[in-house]
This record gives sequence, C-alpha cells and structure tokens, in this order.
Amino acid sequence: MDNFTPFTAIIGGLLIGLSIVSLLYFNGRVAGISGVLGGLLSSSPDNEFWRVYFVIGIMIGSFFCLILNSNITISFDVNIPLLIIGGFLTGFGTQLGSGCTSGHGVFGVAFLSYRSIVATIIFLIFGVITVFIQRNLF
Amino acid sequence: MIKQYIISLLCGIVFGLGLAISEMVNPIKVKSFLDITGNWDPSLILVMISSITFTFISLNLFIKRLKKPIFSPKFYLPLNSKVDLKLIFGSTLFGIGWGLVGFCPGPSLAALSDGNLNTIYFVLSMIFGILAYRVTQKVK
Repeated sequence: MDNFTPFTAIIGGLLIGLSIVSLLYFNGRVAGISGVLGGLLSSSPDNEFWRVYFVIGIMIGSFFCLILNSNITISFDVNIPLLIIGGFLTGFGTQLGSGCTSGHGVFGVAFLSYRSIVATIIFLIFGVITVFIQRNLF
Repeated sequence: MIKQYIISLLCGIVFGLGLAISEMVNPIKVKSFLDITGNWDPSLILVMISSITFTFISLNLFIKRLKKPIFSPKFYLPLNSKVDLKLIFGSTLFGIGWGLVGFCPGPSLAALSDGNLNTIYFVLSMIFGILAYRVTQKVK
C-alpha cells in the first residue's frame, strides 16, 4: 500500500460530490458522465447544449490541476489494441447499463437506488477480475 | 439559459479538478485500486466514500426540500428502478473495459487535457462504442 494517497483522494471526492450536487441543485441535471456523453451523441434536440459546457469544464479543471501539480501523471500498461477494446466496451457497456462510476457509482449509490448499487457492485467485481487475470495469468 | 450554461461549465471544472487531484485520471492508479491481490492502493475507495457521503448529505439537507432546481423548471432524474439483464450485462462489459485500461468515462475526458495519444485512442473507441449501441437500438 505504498502508493496510497488518502488526503488527495478525499479532497478529490469532495469536489466531485460538490459538482454533482451543484448541477442538480441549480440545473436539475444528473452529472453522470456516460449519460452526458450519450446525450451529446444523440440527436434529441431538447436543450442539450449544457452537456458541451460540462465536458469542456471537465477538461479545463483537469488541465489546470495537471499544470499546477506535475506529480500527477497519466500512464498506461496496455497496448493500443487493448486500449481500443477497453474503450469500446466502456462506451457500449455504459450505454447498455445506463451509467458508469459517476452516474451509478456516486449519484445512484448516494440516492440509495437499488439499481445503481447492483450496477456498481457488478462493474467493481468485473474490474477486479479483469485486472487479476491480466496481471496474474498473462 | 445562459445561467444554466455557466453552472454546467463551473460544475465541469470542479468535476475535472476532483478527478485530477485524486489522480483518477491516471489509469495505472485506478488499476492498482482494482488489483486487490497485488500492491493494493485503496485511494479510489476514499474518493467514492467522500463523494457519496457529500452527495448523500447534501441531497437530504438541501435538495429534497426544493420543489424545483434554481435555474431550471424541473429535475431530470432517471425513472427506471428495476434491475434487468441490460443493466447487468452492460455493467459487466463496462467493468471489463474499466479493468483492461483503467479509465472510466469521466477520467478519460479529463485526461484528454494532457494530450496523450493513448487517451485519444481510448476516447475515440468509447465514442464508437456509444454509437454502436445507438445502432443496435435503432435496428430493433
């Protein structure tokens, strides 16, 4: 556990919570990223432009944090074919399952939604199994 | 309308800051959380606990008292509450994708700001996955 960063993890989590709560409080919208992306890529016209601002905001926030703190790195341990397969499964799976770590994992669980709690347990279990197989059987 | 867009932008910025500060933008960090039998890094569980706790308390203290959001006519909440095969199968596929790379949708978008080519491959494939799902829905 030598890579455990409890302090920044808690601060980051509180900021994510603040964002989710504010978006709901002011705009009545759910800050679930797969839902936001799915909405952006659909053709329904009903006032969807807020999603563009939300996604741009995510990149701006992350950009400043990465500039100010050079200790935060973005690194991978998979090759390009696996990146592509992982990306496809993430896109397809979150639409089929109507949510990801933000929509189900944070918002839905905080809402005590049975559906979201089940989804969160499932993707955590399969995430753990996948990493286990990758790191121990190959 | 303009107020809603400003709120969306600000909420996005705070969300992106949270993802970057907690290092959820780093796939290796996320994978070492999922690697419970290896050199386990429990950081992500604290990200989840603190964000869920903050959201849960605020929901019950502030939001449940509101008749409607401040700048919007109504709350846009998902109405589906049943656990079905789509939910189970979709979450399974997402779990496998998440474990393979270490990215979920939010962090992958946040990581785009770093300009890493691997992130771009991932995000493009994710968008392709979303569009592929759309096609299967239209075929039905």
